[in-house]
Amino acid sequence: MSDLSEYDDIPGTTLFTAQRSRKGYWLNQFCMSLMKPENRERFKADERAYLDEWPMSEAQKQAVLARDYNACIAEGGNIYFLAKIFSTDGKSYQYAAGTMTGMTQEEYAEMMLHGGRSIEGNRSKKEGR
Amino acid sequence: MARITAGLTSSHVPAIAAAWDQGRADEDYWRPVFAGFDWTKKWLAEHMPDAIVLVYNDHASAFSLELIPTFAIGCADRFEIADEGYGPRPVPAVEGHADLAWHIAQSTILDEFDMTIINKLDVDHGLTVPLTLMFGQPEAWPTKIIPLAVNVVQFPPPTGNRCYMLGQAIRRAIESFPEDLDVQVWGTGGMSHQLQGPRAGLINKEFDTAFLDRLTADPEALRKLPHIDYVREAGSEAIELVMWLVMRGALGEHVRELYRFYHVPTSNTALGHIVLEPTN
Repeated sequence: MSDLSEYDDIPGTTLFTAQRSRKGYWLNQFCMSLMKPENRERFKADERAYLDEWPMSEAQKQAVLARDYNACIAEGGNIYFLAKIFSTDGKSYQYAAGTMTGMTQEEYAEMMLHGGRSIEGNRSKKEGR
Repeated sequence: MARITAGLTSSHVPAIAAAWDQGRADEDYWRPVFAGFDWTKKWLAEHMPDAIVLVYNDHASAFSLELIPTFAIGCADRFEIADEGYGPRPVPAVEGHADLAWHIAQSTILDEFDMTIINKLDVDHGLTVPLTLMFGQPEAWPTKIIPLAVNVVQFPPPTGNRCYMLGQAIRRAIESFPEDLDVQVWGTGGMSHQLQGPRAGLINKEFDTAFLDRLTADPEALRKLPHIDYVREAGSEAIELVMWLVMRGALGEHVRELYRFYHVPTSNTALGHIVLEPTN
């Protein structure tokens, strides 16, 4: 019942499983700290120094510094936690989601205006449908 | 006795809050989104409930990874607006209905639902966006709100069937509350959307339309829909739709659809909204 491996068949999608939650615990908790204005100010003043206060892996810190959200998710980040980073940057969910697709912001916005990404071909890697 | 008079659902896209709060609701992009709720605003003005059980999910605002309740009910008199990283939204604080909330907590626990009781809860866009869509910008929200938070962030969330059964238990709770109250149950979140990874931007109108149809025509089929079907067909964040089934379970077996609105895009998301009335 708790085997979630079938989800790996869905293209371009990362499920926030127990394993990823454990790996990303401090990355996500760092994100939570940005809900306080004083922490946002300290982070903006010296991002590296602020990150060094957290028991995060170097890969996690680099992913945050680069605002590489796919890398953040690979390191155990969850989008609702990562939202605190792009909110601190004054960016939207659409901006952040767009950066993860390999499309430009204009291309991504245009795709959404035309009904979004089609489900056809995006259901299953194995079955190619 | 108290009674459930209606149920409705709505997406809770945070960009709606940003557009409204920054005075951009009249822009070409946003006008049709807000106009889709004109009918409901009018209907609500004539059918204002005494309280709303508002089913939503916290987006890593009140609950971090330190504590992740599957079902939690807000039993306080007042809930403040969360700061999600850009300051709290400039909307009124939310007034609770502590008597009814505690009654629902007690009743559902004895009905074998292991609810978490919350006395301090800052509510985020998941709860406040539907209030903005339905009520605009009043000095104070026109009715009392009981927040019911469902975990849909950490996998696995509760099953759709469990959500439906919780709705049924909420109905039994409300119908055993001695005061003469009209109560609505709202389900929020969805519809198809994926906010992460190379598949971000996924929209599946066919899935969404069938989901909306089945709320009235075949809720039994929706109860059986496994998690993976939501994620595969409608995107990783579409799993929020299980929360709509709490609303649906609370309305009883038969319902009538009063109104529906569906609009793409709203930021990354297919916005869905439906108003249902029990006919049992």
